[in-house]
Amino acid sequence: MTTRLSPALIAVAALVYIFLVGPLIIVIGASLSDTTYLTFPPQGLSLRWFEKIFEITAFRRTIVTSLQLAFLATGLALLIGIPAAYALNRYRIQLPSWLSTVFVLPILVPEIVLGFSLLKSVAVGASFPIFLSLLIGHTLLVLPYCVRVISASLASFDFSIEEAAISLGSPPAKTFFTIVLPNVRAGVVAAFILAFITSINDVSTSLFLTGPGVSTLPIQILAHVEQFFDPTIASVSVLLMFLTVAVMAIVERTLGLTFLAK
Amino acid sequence: MFKRYTGWTLALPATLLVALFLVLPVAATIGTTFVDAKGVLAPYVTFFSSGFRRTVLWRTLEVSLITTAISLVLGFLTAFVVSRAPGRLKSILIIAAVFPLLTGVVVRSFAWLIILGKNGILNNFLVGIGLTDEPFSMLYTQGSVIVAMVYLFTPLMILTLVGVLENIPEDVIQASASLGASPSGTFRQVIFPLAVPGLIVGAVLVFTGSFTSYATPQLLGGERQMMMGTFLYQRAMVNFDWVGASTIAAIMVVITVAVVLAMTRIAKRLNPMTT
Repeated sequence: MTTRLSPALIAVAALVYIFLVGPLIIVIGASLSDTTYLTFPPQGLSLRWFEKIFEITAFRRTIVTSLQLAFLATGLALLIGIPAAYALNRYRIQLPSWLSTVFVLPILVPEIVLGFSLLKSVAVGASFPIFLSLLIGHTLLVLPYCVRVISASLASFDFSIEEAAISLGSPPAKTFFTIVLPNVRAGVVAAFILAFITSINDVSTSLFLTGPGVSTLPIQILAHVEQFFDPTIASVSVLLMFLTVAVMAIVERTLGLTFLAK
Repeated sequence: MFKRYTGWTLALPATLLVALFLVLPVAATIGTTFVDAKGVLAPYVTFFSSGFRRTVLWRTLEVSLITTAISLVLGFLTAFVVSRAPGRLKSILIIAAVFPLLTGVVVRSFAWLIILGKNGILNNFLVGIGLTDEPFSMLYTQGSVIVAMVYLFTPLMILTLVGVLENIPEDVIQASASLGASPSGTFRQVIFPLAVPGLIVGAVLVFTGSFTSYATPQLLGGERQMMMGTFLYQRAMVNFDWVGASTIAAIMVVITVAVVLAMTRIAKRLNPMTT
């Protein structure tokens, strides 16, 4: 027997869900409209605004840049984040307790402050190329997700299994890849997805680091909205939504997405 | 011999990245506001003596607080329904709350431009039902920024609170009812106190998120509803006033960190599980 919910409460929840899902449906609808202005419900169905995206060079270029950045930043963050998460769990006694706080700093410091500070110190101060500055910014941004999510998976891993393998003669590095990593696969997948979504949608950090010729898709959308208020914005928004969902689906198929099923 | 350093070696690359590219640059940004040629605290005197800048700070605090309050109420009520929903429906409701979070801030703020614009959906509807002849100008007001921000952050609040509310055992609620508490009494005296730590986590997430946001105030507030994030960008990239921008950045960091620390303390004190 469960608690009875009052109808008023259920009505409130239903309204909140309409409020949450409605605007996204409106964007999808507006992207399909055959008109030259943004409208909903769509008048006449057409995919021409999706074709339009690829006719605009700036969009074509920034889609590629955003995807490159998201994959590279996520990959790099996993590459340095997995060893860090492993160290935090396996060598807890060796390491100071504040170290885990260090990896949360990119979430604690406002993103826009991080972007501005990187512009001053790295992009202008050290004259790093634009793409490299963006990559550093995005890697920092997604690192907390990688360290924390994988750390949480490792917390429930029984390290005596690893010790058993090593004492039976398996080299430590091989043990890590064949014993430890497969056991925290769900954590790695979750971290990958969270990191990818964060990177591909980022505005506040990228804002300061994009420059002549190199920009990211969300920044390009932001610039486009202020100049042209046409359905291309809706269609490119929908494209960004589907890119995110597609990457999630691919990652799920290849690595197995068990964490959402819980 | 080497074993003593294995942990450090593994954690080193990530630690270096954060130290070199986050701690140092942000410290440098804050540092420049204290070594100004005009005096030690001159940039802060400039900031707080300008009526316009004080208004921006005040507006940002106000918008963030209102957004936090509204999403606390909406998120709590919705999360309660979700946490008591039957299995399959619950998964669907959780996925429906996750989906908006997969979509970026730009797309979700842009949606409100279509809804609230002069020829937007809401105005067309209001004119259509004859409520008004002239479309209202709803964009570039504090209201439009708050609506979009509540929309942005409510899913986060729901997801934070569903986890907390699910952990309240059904037995506790049943016990309260069988001891004679009315449903609203149970809600006030049992469910709410147990949810307080989750409410605080959610409030911190929403407050800091709104306080430091850029895209939403930029798209829906424009010049007229300047907030700390958009103001920082304007000072830095339009006026090239880097000391001014650094001062805004420093104020943002101080307020964010202060809120996080204060709320974590309060959460510890209010947690009924620890007292």
